[in-house]
Amino acid sequence: MPQPENSVLFVIPGALRELAGNRPEIRLERAAGSLLDALSRLWTECPALRDRVMTETGDVRPHVNIFVDGQNMRDAGGLQMPVRGGAEVFLLPAVSGG
Amino acid sequence: MPVARHVSPSPGDVVLLVGTMKGAFILRADPRRRDWEVGGPYFPGSAVYATAYDRRAGRHRIWAGPNSMHWGGMLQSTDDFGQTWTNPVTANVKFPQDTGAALKQIWQIAPGRDERPDTLYCGVEPAALFVSHDAGDTWRLVEGLWNHAQRPLWQPGGGGLCLHTILLDPEQPARIRVAISTAGMYVTEDDGSTWRPSNKGVRAEFLPDKYPEFGQCVHKVVQAQRRPDRMFLQNHWGLYRSDDRGETWTDVANGVPSDFGFPIAIHPSDPDSAWIVPLESDAFRCTPEGRLRVYRTRDGGAHWEPMSAGLPQDGAYETVLRDGLAVDPLDRVGVYFGTRSGKLFASTDEGQTWSALADGLPPIISVKTAVA
Repeated sequence: MPQPENSVLFVIPGALRELAGNRPEIRLERAAGSLLDALSRLWTECPALRDRVMTETGDVRPHVNIFVDGQNMRDAGGLQMPVRGGAEVFLLPAVSGG
Repeated sequence: MPVARHVSPSPGDVVLLVGTMKGAFILRADPRRRDWEVGGPYFPGSAVYATAYDRRAGRHRIWAGPNSMHWGGMLQSTDDFGQTWTNPVTANVKFPQDTGAALKQIWQIAPGRDERPDTLYCGVEPAALFVSHDAGDTWRLVEGLWNHAQRPLWQPGGGGLCLHTILLDPEQPARIRVAISTAGMYVTEDDGSTWRPSNKGVRAEFLPDKYPEFGQCVHKVVQAQRRPDRMFLQNHWGLYRSDDRGETWTDVANGVPSDFGFPIAIHPSDPDSAWIVPLESDAFRCTPEGRLRVYRTRDGGAHWEPMSAGLPQDGAYETVLRDGLAVDPLDRVGVYFGTRSGKLFASTDEGQTWSALADGLPPIISVKTAVA
């Protein structure tokens, strides 16, 4: 288990938990810098999450929100936004849908 | 999330696959078709535009293309009438990266020919055709259509730019006709390598040239299985018949309150019989005069007769979408349709009389039939 300061904590939405081994949270060693790097680690750990969160063009699905330390990635540089050691990354369905 | 109820069809039972904006339902009845059991909801919260029943090679496999507004869509299947569904790790229908396109919706699933029991086709939005030759495990884009020189000129209709109809010619194994809103129909005679537009006689009310080579908003096309030259077409304004496999089309809107509508179904053995549900207009896509009427022809479109016994005739401003009408293959053909207001109706006497199977489902977008 990586130390919190060298890791990123991913919070998995209820709808996707079965695809993540029924884990509500997954802590992974921090990758090099960006949110895209961090997510790539998550896809390696849980391959089934990728196509649910991202389209085949590599964009985050329009009705999925990703918050890094409380900040919506769409307001903070998108997939290139930096992710610090110890960060919390929330994957969340947008308010739309259902 | 709701807990799904399940049905267990016996061999010979009639099965209805009902796709809605918020999930799918599976209904079953014995061949008398009097008492129906309802299974579902499956994929609650997801829109299910496409379902299919594959009974080739001894299967009883149901396919569905649920699409979650949040998590996207992929093809899933069940071999036990919905008790368990596949849930692929990676999306099985997706565009190659070099296309720059992303799947928006799965619109149609079509099992291939009986002699190729592991082949399936899938029509999607943005308008494209996919094919699988390994029983749905892997899919590839049909590049002959995707790379067609006219594709950049296709325009989306109200439902998006979608490939919604796939017709495998019953006699010519390399011939496939697809319909796209809004591009019209395209035909291949070499199993998908090359395609040509095929819309002669079909009008495009919304374009300056009313009879263009392509660009029509074809809503649904059907082909007679026992006389494949015979086809019917419900257009965005226009009701047509073809007697030459769709090469040319003749207007047969004779005696209908409107030639605008979405679905059309053809009798499984009588190529002169078909059913439609006309809507008032593209500006008011509801049943005319607040009366829910199915129209049937038994003479190839020379006449259409209203069939309303058992259907609401007062204040019934209903809409039946392009895949919302279907027939079963029994001797006395059953006819089924679902409305955007969640009502599901059935007739076991070819449309003479109707009864409600369900009222209060989510908005119905597709109805398919099968015999278990």
